[in-house]
Amino acid sequence: MGCGVTKGGEFHKRYDKDGNIISVRISAVTKAIRAAVLIQRWYRQYVARMELRRRYTWNIFQSIEYAGQQDQIKLYNFLGYLVDNFTPSSNERNLISHIFRENEVCRDIEWERFFDYRHIEVPDIYSGPRLTFPLNADQAADLVEAFRSKQQLHSRYVLQLLGETWKLLRVLPNINRISTCHSKEITICGDLHGQLEDLLLIFYKNGMPSMEKAYVFNGDFVDRGKDSIEILLILFAFLLVYPGEVHLNRGNHEDHIINLRYGFTKEVLGKYKMHGKRILKLLQKIFSWLPLATVIDQKVLIVHGGISDTTDLALVARVDRHKYVSSLRPPKRRISHSVRASVDSDMDEDLVGSKYSILNRRRASLTYARPFPARESFQHRSLQDFSSTVARTMEEELEIRRRQAAMTRPGYSMSCRNLNTSMLSPSSSDSLDAFENVQNEWKQILDLLWSDPMIPDGCVPNEVRGGGCYWGPNVTEEFLNKHSMQLIIRSHECKQDGYEFCHNRKVLTIFSASNYYEVGSNRGAFVRLGPDLVPYFIQYQANSMTREMSVRQSLRRTEHSALKVLREQLFAHKSDLMSAFQQHDKENTGLISLSDWGSAMSQVLHLDLPWRMLRSQLITTTTDDMLDYHNWFRNLAIKEKSYEHIEQTLLDTLYKHRSTLETIFRIVDTDNSGFISFEDFRQTWKLLNAYLKMEISEESINDLVVSIDTNKDGNIDIDEFMESFRLVDKNMLERGKSLFMRRSEEYDGPQDETTNQPPQTPTNKEGGFLAPP
Amino acid sequence: WQNDSVQKKIRSAFDVFDHEQNQTVDVREIGTIIRSLGRFPTEAELHDVIAEIEEEEPAGFIRFEKFLPTMSRILMENKLRPVPEDLLLQAFEVLDQQKKGHLDPEELSRYLTQEGDPFSQEEMEEMLSAALDPEKNLIFYRDFVSMMTADEPW
Repeated sequence: MGCGVTKGGEFHKRYDKDGNIISVRISAVTKAIRAAVLIQRWYRQYVARMELRRRYTWNIFQSIEYAGQQDQIKLYNFLGYLVDNFTPSSNERNLISHIFRENEVCRDIEWERFFDYRHIEVPDIYSGPRLTFPLNADQAADLVEAFRSKQQLHSRYVLQLLGETWKLLRVLPNINRISTCHSKEITICGDLHGQLEDLLLIFYKNGMPSMEKAYVFNGDFVDRGKDSIEILLILFAFLLVYPGEVHLNRGNHEDHIINLRYGFTKEVLGKYKMHGKRILKLLQKIFSWLPLATVIDQKVLIVHGGISDTTDLALVARVDRHKYVSSLRPPKRRISHSVRASVDSDMDEDLVGSKYSILNRRRASLTYARPFPARESFQHRSLQDFSSTVARTMEEELEIRRRQAAMTRPGYSMSCRNLNTSMLSPSSSDSLDAFENVQNEWKQILDLLWSDPMIPDGCVPNEVRGGGCYWGPNVTEEFLNKHSMQLIIRSHECKQDGYEFCHNRKVLTIFSASNYYEVGSNRGAFVRLGPDLVPYFIQYQANSMTREMSVRQSLRRTEHSALKVLREQLFAHKSDLMSAFQQHDKENTGLISLSDWGSAMSQVLHLDLPWRMLRSQLITTTTDDMLDYHNWFRNLAIKEKSYEHIEQTLLDTLYKHRSTLETIFRIVDTDNSGFISFEDFRQTWKLLNAYLKMEISEESINDLVVSIDTNKDGNIDIDEFMESFRLVDKNMLERGKSLFMRRSEEYDGPQDETTNQPPQTPTNKEGGFLAPP
Repeated sequence: WQNDSVQKKIRSAFDVFDHEQNQTVDVREIGTIIRSLGRFPTEAELHDVIAEIEEEEPAGFIRFEKFLPTMSRILMENKLRPVPEDLLLQAFEVLDQQKKGHLDPEELSRYLTQEGDPFSQEEMEEMLSAALDPEKNLIFYRDFVSMMTADEPW
């Protein structure tokens, strides 16, 4: 073997006596070339098929992630609506109103008291780092080491560190302006999402921050991963030690409302049982004080999300950024409360009037009028749609109460008369201007933190996320020209290779959380910029196991995970899916076509996924291309341990909305104990009921409450409750596994036996091989 | 109705790569999409298809309304046909002149990076990572062929 291969070959044709070709012998060289071409074509085909699988696996994770974010926004708006429309004495309102209250502590002096750590004693037995301020580089390094060894920083030092951080952040501008001349290179990192392993890997590969090593961390330090607080503490520590070299940008997850759903709140409360609540409150403040963007050499903009066609850096530089505590809530406009003297019909008017004004205000938040026709699936979830139906429910509720009140207690109708409804009628044109100003500033910030780039030109609202926009290459071009810049570096989106260019290499996405969706799903990366402003990338993947896995194995594993997550979604929507299936099965045969199955899935789940492609992964047995859907669902059931006697629809509902339920729980659990009382649970349930417009009887709720209070002390353990709704049916997982075992055998092949295989007998099929394509 | 099912197939594959759900995909993904629909274009054939469906002012993206008719035609007329699996095995056997049942990575690389539609260095490394038996440093192509030709869910 090993003969040189050159282009060209020799054709030896044989002719019969009439000059017709009777056979053609082609030289070995030509054959070899053709063989190579064939192998290339096949291999590229194979790679494409794998890429397709990888891509839809990704889509599954991403769709579910973004749908969750949308849910969060809707929930928040719903709760806001309740707060604005219930009487002040209402139980439900009290339960949740605290998240809408402005931080009561306004003045700096009061805040310093809140940050006061001095009374907190550190026991001798504590073996973690003991910080002394001002911090120095050694202490910061020690902190990193301590966290690597899984130690936890004592709350006294946490509070002290946060206090110092706040003092520093307050004096920083909205836009950090830095230069490469001081420290030769600047390193920029993207989303970390609580994955400490990745930060440690970055420091290992690149060195820790120092006078010579400048860093920019581009937001989303917290949520989803399990070490968010440790990452924050490390970043803040280095910020304090090297304020000129370390720069932090705010991300959309540096937001206490988002944190309620995505794990950071839970993590802090779990790790800091006594002072967790205080720590969270201080972090609320600190997040609002994080700078919004960083500019290098006046030429490179670094921002977490991106830009829009209205982004104006001069305006951004001027805003009071700390007023915008959460992306989901613009600063409240001062509203005048009026007392209504008359009842009934007047109140209806008031309610109606206020309903529209509330709707107007809500409409101005996050999703706004779009010139682009919305995708069909999203239309079902439009905020306007939702608000009006909720309003009716609230009206009905109040109507019922009014009637009850009129019949029972004469005093009650008085309080109804005093119903405060938030009025939005502007008292003067000035306040309207101020209001619009605030809305405009808020939009600027939202765009910076939530936007994503898109391929075509233009700028449209980002409905997938529910905030910010999608911006196109022409917007990038205009923006860069207007500000005399050459590159936008942003994060916010997970990329398989850790980074990705778009818009003609004028926009760079950098993402530093490896294995974000699943072990093996993606690499993380960071980028270095020198004075030439040419980006230099380093990629990595935490977890040594992933480095040894082949691409195929990685893909298989990620796919398995995605399908598991998808199955959870299916189960969560079981009753809706059943109805949809039954609509396609008017004759009640119990069977539907695969194509109808696809339509039903699309329609119910509102997830834009390639159902045709996924159906072979989700459906295993069909008879004549028809699916027995009852049977299919039986295989998706979860086993609830002690809830057999509880109504199935109730359990289905709980499962479906478990994220929302958990979020509401955490809001209701004001002392952050991890427990809520029966009464609070009932109230929570009513909230959820109203939100979902469901009809679940009090009796069912009572049954449920009794059965989940396992230690009979009148309190419900939130974590335990949520845990029991994990999709843990062994049968199903077993089956799912065997599905994958089968596939994996096909892909791995009998590798272990190859050594014993006898050499292949040569086959002589020249003719077939040379057949024209 | 055959045509309808063909259209749905094309739509499904296209949608997977349509990130902003606005009926466009990056032009660099077209090759992947066409191949994932079971077609085996050569690089030249791929360029021809792209030239046919590109925007007048090439803007880096391809619109579904242009992709659909071209792709439908390709599928209905069975163009860019798959090469039968047994020919793939034969191709390897042709390169394995001494019929050892395996190939050296160096010689395979030489063929694949220099002849036909040459592989890039990256493609070659990727293929070797999947095809190479790390202990023996050889490519047992029969197994590799089985892997590549395994029945996909589609």
